[in-house]
Amino acid sequence: MAMNEPKQVSVQDLIAQKSNRGLLAFIEKLIPKLLLAIAAVSVLTTIGIVLTLIVETTIFFSRVSVFDFLTGTEWYPFANSTPTYGILPLIVGTLKIAGIATVVAVPIGIATAIFLSEYASDRVRRIVKPVLEVLAGVPTIVYGYFALTFVTPILRSMFPEIAIFNAISPGIVVGIMIIPMIASLSEDAMSSVPNAMRDGAYALGSTKLEVALKIVLPAALSGIVASTVLAISRAIGETMIVALAAGSTPGFNLDVTGSIQTMTAYIVQVTTGDAGYGTTIYYSIYAVGFTLFLFTLFMNMLAQFISKRFREEY
Amino acid sequence: MRYINHEDVAVRTKKRLTKNLLLKGVFAAATTFGLIVLAVLLYRIITQGSGYLSLDFFTSFSSRIPENSGIRAAIVGSIYLMLVVAPVSMFLGVGTAIYLEEYATKNKFNDLIKVNISNLAGVPSVVFGLLGLTIFVRYFDLGISILAAGLTMSLLILPIIIVASQEAIRAVPNELRDASFAMGATKWQTILRVVLPASIPGILTGSILALSRAIGETAPLVVIGIPTILMFMPDGLMSTFTALPMQIYDWTKRPQVAFHDVAAAGIIVLMALLIIMNSIAVFIRNKYQKRY
Repeated sequence: MAMNEPKQVSVQDLIAQKSNRGLLAFIEKLIPKLLLAIAAVSVLTTIGIVLTLIVETTIFFSRVSVFDFLTGTEWYPFANSTPTYGILPLIVGTLKIAGIATVVAVPIGIATAIFLSEYASDRVRRIVKPVLEVLAGVPTIVYGYFALTFVTPILRSMFPEIAIFNAISPGIVVGIMIIPMIASLSEDAMSSVPNAMRDGAYALGSTKLEVALKIVLPAALSGIVASTVLAISRAIGETMIVALAAGSTPGFNLDVTGSIQTMTAYIVQVTTGDAGYGTTIYYSIYAVGFTLFLFTLFMNMLAQFISKRFREEY
Repeated sequence: MRYINHEDVAVRTKKRLTKNLLLKGVFAAATTFGLIVLAVLLYRIITQGSGYLSLDFFTSFSSRIPENSGIRAAIVGSIYLMLVVAPVSMFLGVGTAIYLEEYATKNKFNDLIKVNISNLAGVPSVVFGLLGLTIFVRYFDLGISILAAGLTMSLLILPIIIVASQEAIRAVPNELRDASFAMGATKWQTILRVVLPASIPGILTGSILALSRAIGETAPLVVIGIPTILMFMPDGLMSTFTALPMQIYDWTKRPQVAFHDVAAAGIIVLMALLIIMNSIAVFIRNKYQKRY
C-alpha cells in the first residue's frame, strides 16, 4: 500500500470520532444537569417561601399563643399597653372584599363568556378579546387609584353614609380586575364544548339561549367553576387596591361602608411603617402572610381538583 | 289534515324567542361593561394627569410641592429594575422550559416541578415580597437594593415565562428536530441551533408580556421596603432606588388632592410604557412567528 494514498475511513467512524471529541461529549452530558439545576430554582422558590413563612411564624408564635391568634376577634398590634393579635378581623376583611368582588365579577364574567362563545360574531370577538386582555394587564396600582379617586367619590355621592375608606369601592374594583380572568377562562371552557352537542339541541328546536344555558353551560361547568375559584383566590391575594382604598381598621363585623383591613393590606401597613426588625409586629406579618398563603394555596388546589375531577371529556 | 299547527307553534316559540333576544341583550351589555370601564378609566387618568405631563415631569425628583414633582428617579429605577429582571427571569425561565420540554422524562421529581410551577403562579405577589425581604434583603444581606428587588420580581414572573416558553418550544414540529439529528447533530446542538431559533419569537412575546407585569407590580416593592422619596439617582445594582409604581402609590396615598393628579400623570407614563411593551410583543408575534 502506497504511503500517500488517502486513508480509508468510513462515515460511521467519522461520526464516532466527532461525537467522541472530549469537549463535545462533556457538554452533552453537562447540559441536562445544568438545566435540571435551573429548573430546580422554581422548586427552591417554593421551599424558600414555605420555609421563610414557617420559620418567622414560629418566632411569632413563641410570643403570641396560636390559639389567641386563630380565635381572637381583636387585632390591635399597635396598641401601646396590651397589643392583641387575633387574626379573625383581618380574615373577615379579606372575605368582605372577596365576597363583593365575586358578586360583581361572576355574573358579568360568565355573561361575557356566554356572549363571546355563543352569540358574538368573529369580528366582535376579535375586538372584545384584546380589550379584555388590556383590562387584565392594567397594573393593580392603577386600579387602586381608580377605586380611591373615582369609585369611592361616586359611591359617596349616592350613599353619604359610606366613609372615605370602605369595603364596597375596593371590592367592586377588585371584581372588575378579575372579570377578564373569569371571562376568558370560562370562554375557553365553553368553546371546547363540541359543536355536535349544540347542533343536536338546535335540531330539536332549541333557541340559542336554551343551547347556551342547558347544553353548553352544564357541559363546561367544571371549567367555569374552576375559573371562578381561581379568580376568588386572586381577589384574596390582591394587595394594592385594598391598601389604597379599604383603610386600615380591622373589625370583626359585617359592615362594608366603613374602613376595614385585609391580610394583604396589613402586611403593606407594617412594611411601609417603621416597625423595627425583630419586634412582634415585624414577625406578625409572616403569620398573616402564612395564613394568606394557605388560603390561596387551598383555593388554587381546589380549582385544579375541580377542573381535573369534574371535567367532561368529549 | 295538517300535522303542524303553525299558529300554535308561533304562539309557543314567541315567548322563547323573546327571552332569547332579551338575554342576548343582557349578555351583550355585560360584555360592554368591561369596555366601558376601560374607557372611563383611561379617560379619567388622561384628563387628570395630562396637566402635569411636561418635560419637567421627567427631569425632576419627587417633591413636597405637586407642581415640582417628577419621576426622574422613579423611571430610572424602573429601568434598572428591568435590567436585572429581564436577563435573570429569561435565563431561568427558558432554561426550565428547555429542561421540561426536551430533557425531562416522566418521573416523580419532574412531576413535582410541573405541579410546583402551576402553584407558584397562584402565590400572591405580596408573599413574594415577604420572600424577597427575608431571603434577599436580610439573609443574603443585599439590602434594599435594585438587585434584591430584581431577584424577587424575577421569581414572581418566572412561572409566566416558563409556561410561555414551554408553549413556544412545544410548537416547534418534531420534523425539524429529526432533520437535525439526521444530519448528525447532537441533542444540545439541535436545541441551540434548531429548536431555540424556531421558538424565539414565542419566547420573546411571552417574556415581554411577563416583564410588563413586573414593571407595574407594586406589592413586592412595598414589602421589601424601597423608599418612595429619593433625591438621587441609583448608581449601581447595590444602590437603593424607587420605581414608577411605587412613586404612583406614594402620590395616591397623600391627602392633598393635587398629588392625585400628579399620580395620574405617573400612571399615564406607566400605561404608555405598558402599551409600548405590549405592542412590541404583538409585533414580534405577528411578524416572526411561523405556523408549522
